Amino acid sequence: MKFFFFHLMPYLHLDPEVRAQYDSAWMVLPNSAYDPQKGHELYNRYLDELELAEQLGFDGVVLNEHHSTAYGLMPSPNIICAALARRTKRIKIAILGNITPLRDHPLMVAEELAMLDNIMGGRLITGFVRGIGIEYLVWGVNPTCSHERFHESQELIVRAWTERKPFAFEGKHYHMPWVNIWPTPYQQPHPPIWTPTNGSTETVEWAARADHRYKYVQNLSAAAACKKYMDMYRATAERNGWKATPANLGWGCPVYVAETDEAAVREMKPHIESLYNTFFRIPPHRFFPPGYTSFESMKRIVVDKVPIFGLQTIDNLMKHGVILCGSPKTVREQLEANALEWGFDTHLGVYHFGTLPRELTEKSLRLFASEVAPHLRRVNEVEPSVAADIAV
Amino acid sequence: MTVVEHQRAGAAALHVSRAGVGRPLLYLHGIDGTRSCGELVKLLGERAEVIMPDHPGFGRSETPPWLQSIHDLAYFYLQYLDELGVEKVDVVSHSLGAWIALEMAVRNCNALRTLTLISAAGIHLKGVKRGDLFMRAPDVVLRSMVASPELAEDLVKRVAADQEIELKNRYGIARVGWYPPMYDPELAKWLHRVVCPVQIIWGREDAMLPLEYAHELKRLIAGARLEVLSGCGHLPHLEQPKQTASAILSFIEQAAGK
Repeated sequence: MKFFFFHLMPYLHLDPEVRAQYDSAWMVLPNSAYDPQKGHELYNRYLDELELAEQLGFDGVVLNEHHSTAYGLMPSPNIICAALARRTKRIKIAILGNITPLRDHPLMVAEELAMLDNIMGGRLITGFVRGIGIEYLVWGVNPTCSHERFHESQELIVRAWTERKPFAFEGKHYHMPWVNIWPTPYQQPHPPIWTPTNGSTETVEWAARADHRYKYVQNLSAAAACKKYMDMYRATAERNGWKATPANLGWGCPVYVAETDEAAVREMKPHIESLYNTFFRIPPHRFFPPGYTSFESMKRIVVDKVPIFGLQTIDNLMKHGVILCGSPKTVREQLEANALEWGFDTHLGVYHFGTLPRELTEKSLRLFASEVAPHLRRVNEVEPSVAADIAV
Repeated sequence: MTVVEHQRAGAAALHVSRAGVGRPLLYLHGIDGTRSCGELVKLLGERAEVIMPDHPGFGRSETPPWLQSIHDLAYFYLQYLDELGVEKVDVVSHSLGAWIALEMAVRNCNALRTLTLISAAGIHLKGVKRGDLFMRAPDVVLRSMVASPELAEDLVKRVAADQEIELKNRYGIARVGWYPPMYDPELAKWLHRVVCPVQIIWGREDAMLPLEYAHELKRLIAGARLEVLSGCGHLPHLEQPKQTASAILSFIEQAAGK
């Protein structure tokens, strides 16, 4: 298996009294709640944590993009990647991902990622996402066009990376008569593309196309959903005439390791609950603006009142297998069992979440690196030649 | 009596309600759909033949693949009027429907005998605060649409009883009106092309589109008259159906007498 450190970079200094006056830490919480002095310290702390991952033997780090929120201070993951590019030498940096439907000029994304891949000599992993629904309220982009712009922008970027002479791109949302980016990516034909998701049939269909074979990464989901969609990915690949291996699949979840199971639960509890209840909460109508999901999916959510917006507890998260929490032995056994049952070769650990302080983050990260990861290296190991063939 | 029919008009299976006898009157519904139009349609139907379609992409009509913008709806209804086979119609329109009607009228007024604009969307006044449709919870938006709190509760209950239609209407509104929010930046400069008789009806307490919008439309459309309803919000057909019907019918009949 391979191990990545997925950082969300929250602004963890929120005053609870201020936060309580608003229904969400996204969009509506005024940025007067942000203190740039503390922000400066946080950015440098988080970058230190990601650099530590390289020293501890992790395979890579993961960054993502969100806007107007204390949930994450990474409106541009590409800038964080640039800050890490020359401070790290070995690890992969995965940007999962750029929210391309928000861009009127997706070529800028193609160019920035190509630059980063050149600077890092091919250590870049890319990913493209639609963002969550609320980004469409933040940016004004019409959510009913989200899927179209997602597919079109991604096609434009991949063609810009791979075609070796000027070409015309004639899409519905993007029409560019003269595409000819400089530089081109370092990796050939292009950097790996991963597909991070909370799980949807549409995403599985997209990633498992024979001409895509993008790595499918299921994040922050209940165990049942992880298994369902990873099974669906393998079945879809087979229907499309190719065979998926563990190298095509990844699982992302919050992780906390401590000396004992009891200590782990005690130390993780307030911080993981803050991730869900303080930082992540978004009212349903802003989480799912009309058009962001298909009308049929939305009908299921609204008319059938699917309960997905309640307060979270660590017990509930553990019961549904959303998080890993425990002693090194417990975490090792659970992770190995999931990897074997679901068939993924890459774990994306959210080792920092919510208000977790620096000391506990480092302690858990070090325990995972020394007492969990080394024991799981051979689990679902895919021959490099096979992996190279499929994981583009 | 209301007769409901399904027909193919242009390129969409359309759900159309009809009521009354007399001169044809096309009613273009607003963001709240047709659910609250019953009383007004009944009153108008005493003197006219009211034709009230659910817009393509709304209510019980089909969502056709060609539907992308407000302009598509304007061209669709211009073609619909051609196919109705009547020489001229009185168009009565509300909110989103009035935006469609304005987009039709700047293109071609030939089939419009008169145009009534109630609480019309479609233009933007910089710095005048409007009611947001998508940031606030749907029930909060509904309550803000009417002036009377009792009516607001009644409206919320009525909508809760048919959530699928409400959801579909929200998808339709987002498709044509998400950005720029509920207006067309190219529309205002062409409003001098609206050359049929125009009456503007507005609730004085409209919190979705404040009364300033009514005055701006009156300024931009030569000869337009303005009827302001006191104690009324964004839904005059629900809040004051009698006064609204009476203003519409007297205007239409006066225009016919000219």
